[in-house]
Amino acid sequence: MKPVTRIHSRTAALADENIDTDRIIPARFLTTTTREGLGKVCFNDWRYLSDGSDNPTFPLNAPDAQGCEILVAGRNFGCGSSREHAPWALLDFGIRAVLCSEIADIFCNNALKNGLLAIVISEAEHRWLLNHSGAELSIDVREQTIAIPDGGHIRFELEPFARHCLLEGVDQLGFLQQHGDAIVTYEQRVEKAA
Amino acid sequence: MNAPRTLFDKLWDSHLVLPETADTPAILYVDLHLLHEVTSPQAFDVLRAQGLKLRRPDRTLATLDHSTPTLAADADGERPYATSAAKEQVAQLEANCREFEVELHGWDSAARGIVHVIGPELGATQPGMTIVCGDSHTSTHGAFGALAFGIGTTEVGHVLAMQSLLQRKPKTLAIHVDGVLPPNVSAKDLILHVIGTIGVNGGTGHVIEYRGAAIEALSMEARMTVCNMAIEAGARAGLIAPDETTFAWLKGRPRAPQGAAWDKAVGEWRELKTDAGARYDREVHIDATEVKPTVTYGTHPGMAIAMNAPVPPARNTIEQRALDYMQAVAGKPMQGTPVNVVFLGSCTNGRLPDLREAARVLRGRRVAEGVRMLVVPGSEAVRRDAEAEGLHEIFRAAGAEWRMPGCSMCIAMNGDFAQPGQLVVSTSNRNFEGRQGKGARTVLASPATAAASAVAGVIADPRAYLTGAAA
Repeated sequence: MKPVTRIHSRTAALADENIDTDRIIPARFLTTTTREGLGKVCFNDWRYLSDGSDNPTFPLNAPDAQGCEILVAGRNFGCGSSREHAPWALLDFGIRAVLCSEIADIFCNNALKNGLLAIVISEAEHRWLLNHSGAELSIDVREQTIAIPDGGHIRFELEPFARHCLLEGVDQLGFLQQHGDAIVTYEQRVEKAA
Repeated sequence: MNAPRTLFDKLWDSHLVLPETADTPAILYVDLHLLHEVTSPQAFDVLRAQGLKLRRPDRTLATLDHSTPTLAADADGERPYATSAAKEQVAQLEANCREFEVELHGWDSAARGIVHVIGPELGATQPGMTIVCGDSHTSTHGAFGALAFGIGTTEVGHVLAMQSLLQRKPKTLAIHVDGVLPPNVSAKDLILHVIGTIGVNGGTGHVIEYRGAAIEALSMEARMTVCNMAIEAGARAGLIAPDETTFAWLKGRPRAPQGAAWDKAVGEWRELKTDAGARYDREVHIDATEVKPTVTYGTHPGMAIAMNAPVPPARNTIEQRALDYMQAVAGKPMQGTPVNVVFLGSCTNGRLPDLREAARVLRGRRVAEGVRMLVVPGSEAVRRDAEAEGLHEIFRAAGAEWRMPGCSMCIAMNGDFAQPGQLVVSTSNRNFEGRQGKGARTVLASPATAAASAVAGVIADPRAYLTGAAA
């Protein structure tokens, strides 16, 4: 995983609440056995019309939304299925950060493990960002701040270990492997008691 | 004396390899890792790429369920996969299980079925365990007093390699269900009512413990239905303390402890309950006597109401969009809405008692003209037991299709799906836009409601069909 330290981009907004992972990537695309190339089916059934052309009412199809790496999404983004294909698809589509007042647990875990910033902000800040789609933001992972155009900053919390892994670009598996002895000790203790 | 603990606290504490610190999550040991074909291939690739071994094949169990066709193989043994990718995905799990020596309940196994149906059937699911799977409905296994939750594919890789996970300790939410469910009102009605009450994000960040007289009165299958949908309220897991019902259900199953080991295990399992005086982070009370046959009217499971109650008005444009998608009208009840497809099955309601409940309604009746009904048993064991009782004959005589086990139209990635605009009354767990096929409209319901709606051709109250039906 490459380190994620700073993201500077305009925002695009999907204001719908409860955008579930089936909407991010419909299940019929989950027969893949790799994690690559899912950007083309990201939001597939919302993004395209039945003839395969772009749906003009899908906000991320708007000319202004092109190239935006920061998605401001309605409350409870990523609910439903645990499919990690959802963050894989978003990253391949070009989204590097999701800002939301509430993010579903499993999606949030999956996103951070892939270097997709899943950031929870307050409801007031969330409302402001939804109302200012296209705002140019600068997210600083080390400082845990988002610089907004008027010169102000939004502070955000990030689980410290996830933040460490993002900044260093390391996989969380390494940490588990470092504690292999503790796992062996646990297994021996439990199996002795059985 | 130790401080009183919740059931969740006991499960958490007993699986800690290392406790969490400000800087690092806890390392939690995993007793049972379940695998299926959709969320595992990329994780096995990580093992291969890093030259790692599967740490505990004996704690790993795999099955085929999501991408698998529910129609039988042809005369040449060729199975009707929806796509070559689906076939390839199944072949990949078969190859991975051979290479890493994982027990796979594949096509030739008499125990194959939906992962959350076969774990309990085999007795692999036991009280006091931690159980994970790359599948959000892993919460099902919490019905046995196990801490069971869904994980992503990266975490599947962590468990394959280290049999452990990095986790922050979630909060606890007690849902007390007091009183008794009315006659012919099921666990599915109850859980839809609960999610309708607390909301689709009402459990986010929490592990739910369901408790109270109405929960204790439920069968194991009904408890699985209730725990299965914990994730639909956003919860990490759902739990029910094990009791005599649990022990009786598990006794004698292939992987359950036997003989003296059984007695010892039951003795330990009896301790798996919340101590008097233990504190939850949140508590909610639900009155079981108020639960009616309940259905969803929108595009997430939190949009649920009694089928005879008027659909509430949209509070914002997002809810209005959901009503428009469903073609639901505020002020009008869902009861009486014309139905195109009925799906009976899934890890929520694909077990023997679910099929029996539907068969009680369908016996001697016909599925309405123009309605397609699909009955998909949750496992080969459910299929065998149902056929031994003749349930398949009741379904077929009614005009329903009797299929092979699998996830089928719940997730609609195996070729079983509904057409755009069709209304599906479904015993599954998710009514998201397009979940059962692009443009398909899903109404979640109990098996009895699904069967009654199939007969009536419109969303119908099963109680009219069940009164006296047992005679």
